[in-house]
Formats: sequence, C-alpha cells, structure tokens
Amino acid sequence: MTLNRRDFVKLLGAGAAVSAASLYGCAATPTRTIGRVVVVGGGYAGATAAKYIRLWEPGIEVILVEPNANFVSCPFSNRVLGGSMKIEELTVSYDKLQSVRGVKLVRDEVTAVDADKRVVRLAKGDALSYDRLILAPGIDFMYETIPGLNNAAAQERVLHSWKAGPQTVALRKQLEAMRDGGVYAIHIPKAPYRCPPGPYERATQVAFYLKNAKPKSKILILDANEDIQSKKGLFTKAWNEKYPGIVEYRPNSELLDVDARANTAKLLGGDVKADVLNVVPPQRAGKVAQGAKLTNINARFCGVDFLTYESTVAKGIHVLGDSIQAAPGMPKSGHMANQQAKICADAVIAVMTGRPVNDEPMISNTCYSWISDREVVHVASVHKYDKEKKTMVTVPGAGGLSPAPSVKEGAFAMGWAESIWSDALA
Amino acid sequence: MSKSRVVLLAALSAAVATAIASPVLAQDYKARAWAASCAACHGTNGRSEGEIPALAGKKKEDLLKKLKDAKAGEPKSLTVMHQHAKGYTDEQLERLADYFSKQPK
Ligand code: HEC
Repeated sequence: MTLNRRDFVKLLGAGAAVSAASLYGCAATPTRTIGRVVVVGGGYAGATAAKYIRLWEPGIEVILVEPNANFVSCPFSNRVLGGSMKIEELTVSYDKLQSVRGVKLVRDEVTAVDADKRVVRLAKGDALSYDRLILAPGIDFMYETIPGLNNAAAQERVLHSWKAGPQTVALRKQLEAMRDGGVYAIHIPKAPYRCPPGPYERATQVAFYLKNAKPKSKILILDANEDIQSKKGLFTKAWNEKYPGIVEYRPNSELLDVDARANTAKLLGGDVKADVLNVVPPQRAGKVAQGAKLTNINARFCGVDFLTYESTVAKGIHVLGDSIQAAPGMPKSGHMANQQAKICADAVIAVMTGRPVNDEPMISNTCYSWISDREVVHVASVHKYDKEKKTMVTVPGAGGLSPAPSVKEGAFAMGWAESIWSDALA
Repeated sequence: MSKSRVVLLAALSAAVATAIASPVLAQDYKARAWAASCAACHGTNGRSEGEIPALAGKKKEDLLKKLKDAKAGEPKSLTVMHQHAKGYTDEQLERLADYFSKQPK
C-alpha cells in the first residue's frame, strides 16, 4: 500500500475542522501515530484526559470536542455569588492545551456516536473517526421532573447556576436586585447530584453577601434529602455562629413543581414563595452519553470499569466525571473527575501500546468550601481499587474534615485551584 | 466516513506504530499514575502553581520523611496532608517519593 502525505491526511482527518497543518502541528514532536483518541467535553475530566494522554504518549493524536471557547470552573463559582470573585478569575482558555500539549480543539458538539464504526458525528456536519473515545459530558438536567420549569422562559427566570458561566453571573444579578428583607431560596435535589457540598456552600456564600449588603434578608435551604449531604457540622456551625438568623435549613423538602412566574416552589409540605428562587434540578449523565445508550444504571448514569473507565456496555468508549455511576464514597466533583481522567489516560495508553493496565489505581478527593471571602473548610478521602469487589473503595483511616474554617486553608484552596487548572489545561 | 476507510485507518495506524516504535524506557508506570493523583494539588509532576508546596526535584529522603511523618499525624500544623498520607502503604509512599525526586524542578 502506497500513500502519499495528502491521502494520509485525508484518511485521518475526517473533518474539515481538523486541518492538514494541525495534524502535523506541534513541530517539536516527531510524528509517530499510534492512533487517535477523541475526547468529548473539556471540563475537569475531559481536559485532564486530553492533556495527560499527550503528556505521557505524544504518539497518540488527541482531538478534544468542546463547544465553549473557554473552561469555566464550577468549583469556587459560589464565590461569584458571595461577591469575592469574578467569573473571569474562574475562566481558563484552552490555548495551552493546544500550543503546549498539541491537543487539537474542535469547537463543536457531538450529535451521535457510532460505536460499531468508531465515528462521532458533529453538529456542524463533520465526523471524526477514533480508535478510542472518551466521553466527559458532565450533567444533563432532568427538567421533565419539574413541569413548570420545563420551558426556556421559566428556566431563564428560575436559574440552576449549576454549570458555571452565564447562569452564575445572572444569579448574582438577581441577588443584587433583591430588596433588603427579601428571601433567597435554593432547592436541592435528592442525591446523587454534582458537588455534594455545593448547595450548602452556596447558601453560605449568599449569607456572606446578604449579611453585609442586605442584613434583613433570609435564606431558605429546601433540601429534598433528609439531611445535609456533606460537611454537616462545619456548615451548621457557620450558619449558627457567623450568619445567625439568616439561614434556615428545611430537610425532606420534596419538590412537586415550580411556578416560575410567582417564584414559588411547590413542595410536598406546602408552597414557598421567594424573591430569588434557585432550583438545582435532578441530574443524569450528559446528553452524548444518553444518546450513545451508555446510561445503564437506573437510566441515569454510566457504569464503568474502574481500572480503565471503559463503559460496561460499549467497548472502546470510556466515560469520566459526573456522568458515571460512581463507587460508594466517590463524589461527583471536579477533583474526582481530574483523578479519574488520569487513570483512564494511563489505561488508554496501555491498551493502545500493548502494556498491561495498572491493576492498583489509587485516587483521592478533596473538596474545599468557602465559608466567607477568606475562610475555607475541606473534606478529603482516598480511594483504592478492590480486586475482589472490582470497584473503588475508600481507604479506612484516611481522609477527613477540617476542624474549623481557616484563612490558611483559604490560601491552600487557591493553591489547589491554580495547580488543578494547570494540571488539566496547561 | 465509510467502514472500509475506518478499517484502513486502523490498519494504517497499526502499521505506522510498528514502524516507528518508541524506545521503551524503564518507567514505574504505577508510581507515575499514583503521583498523578497528587498533581491535583501539587501540580503536574509536582511542579506546584501556588501556595501548596512543590515536590519536583526534592530529595527522596526528605520527601519520604515528610510523608511518613504526615502518615503518623505530624506535625500537628498539617491541614490536609495527614489525611492523604494515611491512605498509602509505606511501599507506595517510597515509590511516590522516588518518582517526585526524579522530576525536573
Ligand atoms: C488536597 C490537596 C493535596 C493532595 C491531593 C496532596 N497533597 Fe501533599 N500537601 C498538601 C498541602 C496543603 C500540604 C502542606 C501541609 C498541610 O497543610 O497539610 C502538603 C504537603 C506535602 C508534603 C510536604 C512538602 C514540604 O515540602 O513540606 C509532601 C511530601 C506531600 N504533600 C506529598 C504528597 C503526595 C505524595 C501526594 C499524593 C499521594 C499528595 N501530597 C497529595 C496538599 C495536598
């Protein structure tokens, strides 16, 4: 078989979005094609997977499909609501992933996955072939469970702000426009949802803002769960001692519907009207994973092999981050997504280069939560693979909580953000 | 893309891979994967971007001592490192210290 360079490019570059020049780009790296990995989604999971495959095996071509121009961090976005951080400070470009790592970014969305042909189709009409596919599409909101919110107009009024970006900024504007003496209410869905401590941190950050700016206002936490899902003691202490009389916690607040025009949450126990109503809807795996029929656990999340993050129903397709059915004790967090991505990257390289897959993966989680503009608490855990149970288990004796909020941890939390953003995106 | 093209592509990449195989370096892949977990806080290969101490290129004995102390809960000023170190066996800590000591600063 003889092929000239142009045929080769035609063969590899299924889409016009990937130009011939970019295929041979990154002049420092010798062209040595082991194969192609397509990564869908440039969040904590997808960006990290793309970077680490290139870091550890530059012979693999990596194409990252992501519609947004920049990465915006969900972790710490509650500080935008509290007023101590700007959305721009949570925004990182994909430039270094391309210029330093040679990842090829395709600004598009995947509309369909053909697992047999190993091809993904893109919204703008192109298609990309792959040897291995990594899906990291984050979460999709189950608005059909809240009829009154199941239309665009209602969703513009009653925000989720559970994907950082325009919705974060819009919720901050709603809080700024609220009268002193008003009520901010947040509804939390039943677990599992993205970022277990997130809703409680959000209430705390809004309390930080209101205490200073609108001290007569109140916060209602309407939780569908029977109790606070993370850092219970630390959050309750903060509400009682730092923000007394502002925060009220109501467990078992099952949501039946929302009247968006009236800013009213219809709960099993009666209606709650707020000045600013913030509803975090129930969640399932991102749309791409649903479309590819990978959501084999309760029709919501994707079962994976924890040695490789390969789907348990589709060979050659890996799933990462908030879309997976996590093992017990593994939260849906950015830190966790970053960790899974590296286990997956190593396994994908191992399979593509014919070395054994690591049979003893170790990962950890740490979620930092902001109590004020400077004080932080954390929850941490370490997870190892259990060969008999074929799943991840938390290591007994490891992990734990902060004893109390501290400025010292505030500095380490910022250090975490700088390190993990660079770990994923540079 | 047609099926035959995809098949051709697979065959082609395999051929190219064999033709230009990389020299295999002695590499502790397991330790590298474990160390990648630490990178979320300490930076890729231990090159920290902020307040959390860097690990890259530090002496193996020093790293190992700090990790074993942390595992024993010392010093009391630690905010989080004791909670992570307790998750690893001494042998794993040794291979981690070895890995980070060999990374460029
Ligand atoms: C959640 C973030 C986080 C993770 C994950 C983490 N560390 Fe740390 N590490 C820290 C912080 C913060 C310190 C400073 C001490 C403290 O406050 O606990 C530290 C301190 C250290 C030190 C002492 C450094 C010095 O020069 O004093 C070593 C060694 C270390 N870590 C190694 C590791 C290794 C190895 C791993 C992975 C198994 C790891 N760390 C995972 C946050 C982290």
